[in-house]
Formats: sequence, structure tokens, C-alpha cells
Amino acid sequence: MPAAAESDVVTAIKRLLREVAPQVLGVIVRRYRDFTACEDAVQEAFIAAAAQWPREGMPDNPRAWLTQVASRRITDQVRAEAARRHREALVVSLIPADEQIAHAADTDGATERDDTLDLLFMSCHPALSPASAIALTLRAVGGLTTAEIARAFMVPEATMAQRISRAKQTIKTSGVAFEMPEGGDLAARLGSVVHALYLMFSEGYAASSGTEIIRTDLSGEALRLTRMLHGLVPDETEVAGLLALMLLTDARRAARTGPVGEIVPLDQQDRSVWDRDAIAEGVELITRTLPKGRVGPYQLQAAIAAVHDEAATAAETDWPQILALYGVLARLSDNPMVALNQAIAIAMVDGPAAGLKRLDEVAADPRLAGHHRLDAVRGHLLERAGDLAGAIASYRRAAERTASIAERNYLLMQAARLRDVEKAGAAPTTG
Amino acid sequence: MKYMLMMNHPGKAPYQMASWPKEDIGRHIQFMMSFAAKLGAAGELVAAEGLGGPEQAKRVRAGDDGKPITDGVFPEAKEFLVGYWIIDVDSPERAYQIAAEASAAPGRGGKPLNMAIEVRQVMSPPPPDMA
Repeated sequence: MPAAAESDVVTAIKRLLREVAPQVLGVIVRRYRDFTACEDAVQEAFIAAAAQWPREGMPDNPRAWLTQVASRRITDQVRAEAARRHREALVVSLIPADEQIAHAADTDGATERDDTLDLLFMSCHPALSPASAIALTLRAVGGLTTAEIARAFMVPEATMAQRISRAKQTIKTSGVAFEMPEGGDLAARLGSVVHALYLMFSEGYAASSGTEIIRTDLSGEALRLTRMLHGLVPDETEVAGLLALMLLTDARRAARTGPVGEIVPLDQQDRSVWDRDAIAEGVELITRTLPKGRVGPYQLQAAIAAVHDEAATAAETDWPQILALYGVLARLSDNPMVALNQAIAIAMVDGPAAGLKRLDEVAADPRLAGHHRLDAVRGHLLERAGDLAGAIASYRRAAERTASIAERNYLLMQAARLRDVEKAGAAPTTG
Repeated sequence: MKYMLMMNHPGKAPYQMASWPKEDIGRHIQFMMSFAAKLGAAGELVAAEGLGGPEQAKRVRAGDDGKPITDGVFPEAKEFLVGYWIIDVDSPERAYQIAAEASAAPGRGGKPLNMAIEVRQVMSPPPPDMA
């Protein structure tokens, strides 16, 4: 049927456009600098492609075609403006010397790699807030529309448009946007990229508020972009670590919420619905990466996730190994959340009293003052220690302090479950 | 026309739900989820949010220097806002009907709470002949 065939072609074109979008935009931004003007030019090239390709067939090198059309658009635009203002010199100053003579279309693999990387470095610029960096990354590298990004963050489209436009402005005024960072700076900038991708993933992974508003799959997008980044810099061990961590965490997605959208904790999840392929890929990746020797926090978290994912049942979890990994992680990063998880691992290996002792030390950290996770973990450990009244009080305090409805409901249910146990006078359940 | 439906929680105690048996909490949560889903599917839901507890609430005023002066917990409060829905419906009657449904959310033992839902019309843009 011609109709179906045509829509297949359109689908294929759309997919291809989305794949090459960051590369084309990267080339153009690098050449002409003005991000907003470049984005418009690339957009126009894409519109031209969407109109022309289904009719006339795809060019041999779609990326080069798009780059050339976008270049022409922006050059036309710059020239028109310059002519209007009688400032021909502008054209010369905006176009790098080696580009002022007609250039061949890029076909070089190395350039392609650098262009996408450049765009990622720019989008995750250290001058931007994490929220802005994520939005800009989704727009420039992920190829999502502003409406889609707005939906993902559950804010009005006009708000998101403004946020993205201000992010571009920030990059423009910061002045260091388009230089490819070198050496130590490269590592630092890569750190910003990895952090933004991690936050993008977490944002998507957090349970939604339960209203039936369609939430663009942020975790899936973060996974896709991290996979792409890993393909660009395969020797960067923390990028590999982050990809493994995402795979091993996302593998549990189907099991982590119950019928009323409540959180199902790891030890109670139905492991038969875990994504075995994702686990296999994540385990293989982290196993291959760790021996390279440059171990960082993401690799360690991935290794911990791998130990959990590889246990056939919660009871078979290798807690001593997890505790050892948290020990290394705690030495590497001064993060109180790591210390909290370490207290749980201690309780699993040496018993709840030892875990509570560690928790008291952690609680002295002012960064955790009033934090609901502290009360939630205390509730969990007190329950294991058999102190039901103490556990109930801790769970309730945590419920009052959390900002997540799904988590609040989970904590209230925990407290209610223990009250039922208390009333029945039965022995407390551990686990 | 748009309406805001506000759910107020009586008293100073954080959540009355916290003292219910587990099944009752589950039933209440289930109701709230399917209520929002149903409004969404009917094209009547604009927004719905739950709010954090009153112990985290602050009252803020600008000082003479324009800097924020915050005021802590409110011991005098008789009730507090726990969440709201904004709906877009054809008539005020429909808004009241939806509010009544929310009011009858199941409480302890599955009995309807019959809590008070405050219904307020959301102001709209001026009519075309005034613009």
C-alpha cells in the first residue's frame, strides 16, 4: 500500500534527522558561533529535508546535505543583515578564515565526534544551573522540541522556552562557550556533562505525582545520550560507569512501583520482571571498565547496582561486597547520602545495632539536618532491631518531611504496617 | 470555565491518614490516583498538585531592604491546604459535582471522608469585545 510505504519513509527520515541533529548543529555552531541563529538555520534545513527527501529520495550523505543547506541559510542571513546595515565586514569576522573559501562538506568521522562532543560541552556549560543544562542538552543534543521538554518538567511551554533562551544567553556572555576544552579542563567539563546526564536520568526515574499527564521519557533520553557519549569517548571510565549504572537501575523499572503507584523497595520487588538484557549489558560493561584502574563514584555505584541485580533473591544479596564498595565510595566522595546507604549495608552485615551506631555519626552532618532520608533509614533500622514504636515514629517523621507524594505514601504505609503488627502482637517481620 | 478545587486538612496534626490501617491508606491513595486519571481522560484536568506538610511552611514578607523575612510554623492554624486540582469544565454545576466526588474520598474503614472542598473560579481573560 502506497500510504503505508510513504509513512515508513517519513518515519525513517524522522529517525535519521534526529540522529544527525546534534552533529549538524555542532558543525554549524562551531563555524558561526551564534547559537540561536544556528539553531534556526538547522531547523530550516530540516524542514527543507522533510519536504524534499520523501519526494526526491535521500541524498547519499544526509549529514553533509543538511550541513550545507544550514550553512547556506546562515550565510545568507548574515549577508542580508550585513548588506542592510552596510557592514560587509561582519560577514568576514563571523566566518573563520579557513571557511571563507567554499568548503567541502564534512565527511570526516573525527569531526563528527568532536561536533557532538562540542555541543554537549556547550549545553552542560558549568555557568548553567543543572536544570538549565538539562533542558538545553535535551534541546540541542537530544533534538526534543521545547513543548516536549516542558512536558517532561511539567512546566508551561512559555516558561521552558524562556529558560532555554536564558541558558543560551548565559553561554554567550560567559565567553568560553565554543573552545574545545583541553587537558584538566576537559575532564572538568566532561564531569559537568556526566553530572547533567545523571540528573536527567534521576529526574525521569523519580516517581511522578500520579496525575495522568504524559511525561516524556527522560530516563530513556538520558540513557540514549549517555550511550552516545560513551561511544564518543569509550576510554572515559566514569562515562562507562554512568552508562552501566543507568542500565542496571533502569532494568528494575517495571518492578519498582506497585498497583497504586507506591514505591516497592528493592528487597520486595518481583525480580522476574527485571530486564535481564539490560542487566547483562550493564554487568558486562562495569566488569570490563573497573579493571582499567581509574575508579570513580559512578563506577562504584554501578558495581553496587550490579551486585543487587545479580542476586536471585533479596536474601542472597552479597552484602559484604556491597559494604566494601560503599567503603571505597565513602572515601572517594564526601556525600552524606553515601554514608546513609553505608549505614544500611553495615546493618545488613553486622546487625541493626551497628547500623544505628553508624547512623548516629552520620546524623551529626549538618547537611542532613531535617532530611527525610535520615528518618526513613532510622525507621528501617529500628524496625530490624525490633523497636516498633521507634520505627513508626521515624517513618511518620520522614513522611512529614519528604517532598515526594509517592515516597510519603510509602512511608505512611510502612508506619501503618508496623502498627498492624503491633496490634496483632505478632513478631516483627524483618526485611 | 476553570475552577480551583482546594482540599483542606483540618487541625494541626500532620496527616489524619497517618493513623489509619494500611488497607485504608491504600484505598485512599488508589482513589486519588484514579480520580486524577479519570479527570485527565475526560479532558477536564488542567493541573493537580499535592503540597508539602505545614511544618515546612513559611510566611514571607519583604523587609525595608527588600530582603525576605520568614515566619515559621503556624500554631494558630485551624486547617491547612494539602493539595488542589484545577479543572476546566462547562458549568459551575459540573465543578461542584467533581468537588463532591473528591469530598467522598474513602477514609478510615473505607467510609467517605465528606471533607470540605473549597471551589473557586479561576479568573479568565476578558471577553473578545473588551479586548
